[in-house]
Amino acid sequence: MRDVKVSLVGYGIVGHGVVDALSRKKAMLRDMGLNLKLVSVTDHTGTVLAEDGVDANKILGERTLENVATSGMKGKEAISAIDSELVIEVTPTNIVHGQPGLGHMEAALSSGKHVVTSNKGPLVVSYSHLKKLAEDNGVMLKFEATVGGTMPLISLVERTLVGNSISGIQGIFNGTCNYILTRMTEEGIPYTHALSEAQDLGIAEADPSYDVEGVDTAGKVVILANSLFNMDVKYSDVDVTGITGVTPEALALAKKKGYAIKLIGDVPALTVRPTLVPLGSPIAVSGTLNSAAIYTDLSGTITVTGLGAGSIETASAILTDVISIYRTKKIDAIF
Amino acid sequence: MRLSMDLELQDIPGQLLLALQPLRDNKANIISVVHHRDRKTPRGMIPVRFVVEMDRNKIDTVKEELKKCGVSVVRAGEDRLIESVSVVLVGHVLDSDLGDTIDRIDTTGYAEVMDLSLSMTGINEPSSAYLKIRATGKAEIQKALSILREVGKEKQLLVIEPIEMEAI
Repeated sequence: MRDVKVSLVGYGIVGHGVVDALSRKKAMLRDMGLNLKLVSVTDHTGTVLAEDGVDANKILGERTLENVATSGMKGKEAISAIDSELVIEVTPTNIVHGQPGLGHMEAALSSGKHVVTSNKGPLVVSYSHLKKLAEDNGVMLKFEATVGGTMPLISLVERTLVGNSISGIQGIFNGTCNYILTRMTEEGIPYTHALSEAQDLGIAEADPSYDVEGVDTAGKVVILANSLFNMDVKYSDVDVTGITGVTPEALALAKKKGYAIKLIGDVPALTVRPTLVPLGSPIAVSGTLNSAAIYTDLSGTITVTGLGAGSIETASAILTDVISIYRTKKIDAIF
Repeated sequence: MRLSMDLELQDIPGQLLLALQPLRDNKANIISVVHHRDRKTPRGMIPVRFVVEMDRNKIDTVKEELKKCGVSVVRAGEDRLIESVSVVLVGHVLDSDLGDTIDRIDTTGYAEVMDLSLSMTGINEPSSAYLKIRATGKAEIQKALSILREVGKEKQLLVIEPIEMEAI
């Protein structure tokens, strides 16, 4: 049995999902030979510490840790002080300066802890720096959950499709935009109407600009470009057009001619823009689904689709990354 | 250059092979052959359509040789606009002079707007247009698209292009 002490930093929607998923999968992980012990959970109000593992039932009902914290430690201080070998970083993303996640990841990696994250900001702002920090310290930085949520993409390319050259990836990487465009097409309603519907359902944020202006998709394009295409690009290198200018009339005209209009991110072209996608194309998925077409030299085009967001769904991508760190030596190494 | 040729063959064995020989001799690359056995002409001939890539200068030689073999050439000509692309424009498509937008493509000599559908809402509301552009080749399609992108910037139109699935 391999014992692994895990620290969770960030206790929002995804953080709750991680606590839930780790608790639900405890027995399954043990059967695999992995005893994941969540020794700390930290948010902006403090930290819950438990040497034998945090009791999920005690904290899942709490929106923040304010009333259950056993220590006042926060952020970098908690990461450095707590004895763990893996940090799951799920604080809110900031695509401009990457903080506070960037500081958390630097602290974890430089003290020799693996990092698994769903936080795009730090990777968009300084991927190569973080990658080097991980390499220098002999630990891993895993971020499947940053692109496409639970839809397998990064590990699919890095592992399953290894041996192929990837010439490009195009896809729908934002469920909020996809939901809005789908509703506008189905009901012929204007953008503002579909947006308020999405906000009512909790699919769009109160300030939706991050999603609808294409910022979120562009961040994912940067992460894919840097991690899978060995490019060294920044957010400002992406040519971004959001969906706010798309009208129900344009969607109807396109549909009549056999096309859907989707917000498509393209690597290595580094573009994010509303694009005509033939109806019936495997990437023309509806609702909040994400999709990606991966163009390879040996395997042709591989298309994946899945839920791009959600608490437990994102946590599932994080869990996969965590497990893959410890399975690496057993099944993937070339001896 | 890509050409299409309509030939008529006699309904006896070996005629198709006979028709292929002059094309082979003149290094024509055959893209497709459609043999309409079920659509005989009133004279009892079988129509066949070839699409070939070949040197423009050799077309008369090929026609001559086909005639010598007893194969009648009904039509041979250049397939000029062989590629097409769909684009949707959103914005003040009409007010920003749609005629001019189309002219910018049509005056290139290598691309033309072949289909246009408009959807208009209220005055001062953005309208939408679907355009199908045909061009002489893939490179020309790309050139036409970049013209439209420029026009889009200039006239503040959202230009929605098709996904380039096989272009990578």
